[in-house]
Amino acid sequence: MKVLAIDTSTFVMGIAVVDGQIVKGEIITNLKKNHSIRVMPAIEALLQQCDMSPKDLERIVVAKGPGSYTGVRIGVTIAKTLAWTLDIPLVGVSSLEVMAASAKYFQGLVVPLMDARRGQIYTGLYKVEGDHVQSIVADQVILATEWANELKAYNEPILLVGNDSSLHEATFVETLDRVQLAPATLHNPRPSELAWLGINREPEDIHTFVPNYIRLAEAEANWLARQQERTEC
Amino acid sequence: MSEKDIFVLGIETSCDETAAAIVKNGREIVANVVASQMESHQRFGGVVPEIASRHHVEQITLVLEETMKQANMNVSEIDAIAVTEGPGLVGALLIGVNAAKALAFAHRIPLVGVHHIAGHIYANQLVQDMKFPLLALVVSGGHTELIYMKEHGVFEVIGETRDDAAGEAYDKVARALQLPYPGGPHIDRLAKQGKPTIDLPRAWLEEGSYDFSFSGLKSAVINTLHNAKQRGETIQPEDMAASFQASVVEVLVGKTIQAAAHYDVKQILLAGGVAANEGLRTQLQKQVEQLPEVELVIPPLSLCTDNAAMIAAAGTVLFQQGKRATMALNANPSLLL
Ligand SMILES: [Zn+2]
Repeated sequence: MKVLAIDTSTFVMGIAVVDGQIVKGEIITNLKKNHSIRVMPAIEALLQQCDMSPKDLERIVVAKGPGSYTGVRIGVTIAKTLAWTLDIPLVGVSSLEVMAASAKYFQGLVVPLMDARRGQIYTGLYKVEGDHVQSIVADQVILATEWANELKAYNEPILLVGNDSSLHEATFVETLDRVQLAPATLHNPRPSELAWLGINREPEDIHTFVPNYIRLAEAEANWLARQQERTEC
Repeated sequence: MSEKDIFVLGIETSCDETAAAIVKNGREIVANVVASQMESHQRFGGVVPEIASRHHVEQITLVLEETMKQANMNVSEIDAIAVTEGPGLVGALLIGVNAAKALAFAHRIPLVGVHHIAGHIYANQLVQDMKFPLLALVVSGGHTELIYMKEHGVFEVIGETRDDAAGEAYDKVARALQLPYPGGPHIDRLAKQGKPTIDLPRAWLEEGSYDFSFSGLKSAVINTLHNAKQRGETIQPEDMAASFQASVVEVLVGKTIQAAAHYDVKQILLAGGVAANEGLRTQLQKQVEQLPEVELVIPPLSLCTDNAAMIAAAGTVLFQQGKRATMALNANPSLLL
């Protein structure tokens, strides 16, 4: 099966083409550049290099968030539109799971993280099992300090993965005994891992598929809070 | 026309409507689908950009599918894809732009970026052939512009707002009168029941300028309401609506007629959501009679508000002129015409 994987949920742009058991090609950049300008040219270039045309694709796998709202939407919009118009299955995979998958040979627990501003992080807890990672605690947005405290309950070595993990390293090191930062070469989520994760999963309904933002839009959260106040009065 | 028919798929997501349409030869609507998010934004009293972007992702493939179904066509039968690249809300524009690029890539179809206002102007081409030179008055929630065109695809902005767009002023005045969002239709309705008895300013600006300014008028309305309240007097909202509308319409129509005479145009086009305003339509119709050589074209309301048929119509002209966008096409929230 020929799979195109797309991940634009952080500054890392990842595009991969996987054909059956073979990773044909990957483009990964970690740059503060605009995904909207670069993603489609990258997909075009990679398919061309792989001597493939869009009509050869049999499945699209996309990182569905959490992450940058705008970034995730660019990847998801392209993935939905391609899957719809090529009439092929679409699979969405957690952007944090993709990050954790890079650490699948670590002996212990994997904590992928992305900075979510004001001391908060998008994170989850994944356990290495054989050649894959299993979600133990669902993806969430949480204060880094609070998350470090919660992780005390697990008596296993912990690996922090993701380009933002160095920003929060101190918080975890202060609180936890057996915690370490992944090496620099593991921080960029690998689009080929994304393709692998999605290759056998149940496809989404293309039309109703949306990113997993984790958070409500700010205006919506405020509005709901006001409604709540009103009912309490 | 002896040549082959040209079918253009238009995509528009610049604000709070997810829209797609197919237009034949730049003139004939084959399919036209608009999914409005208005209801979702009403509770916030205006369009919330992040929420608009989220809705566009939810709607985009549904709207595309409905469009193809209405047209009974496959995407591969389309000759070109035209998409609004700006101006508008950047997060919202990005959905249309990236969907359009994905479609163009999947089927190797030429892609054309369209300016939203060019789209509004070309909505007229779906009603009647454009005759040059012409003058377009574009009035919407985000725009108040007078555009002179001496030929297809060439736009000269001869007047624009220096502060609020007319539609924005309507929304703000509506809020001051405690009317629901969007305020335009409510003010238009109230104005019909009232009399323009309240003295409000007309912003003609300096001699010969075709620019607009509505923030002074908006402030005058708010101050008048405030002062009346302080004195314990009541102002009939109907009269305030009528007075406000009279000021807006007088300046919009006055400047349009002046510019039409000065540029000696053959046609005046009214475009944008505020073209739905009855007060504006009526006055413009009446005043254009002063210029017997000039034809006035006002598209039906469904083509005045944001839609993708207008983007496809404008895109057809640009496509025929050889304009092409690459896979690097980006959303440009402050794109110039
Ligand atoms: Zn518009």
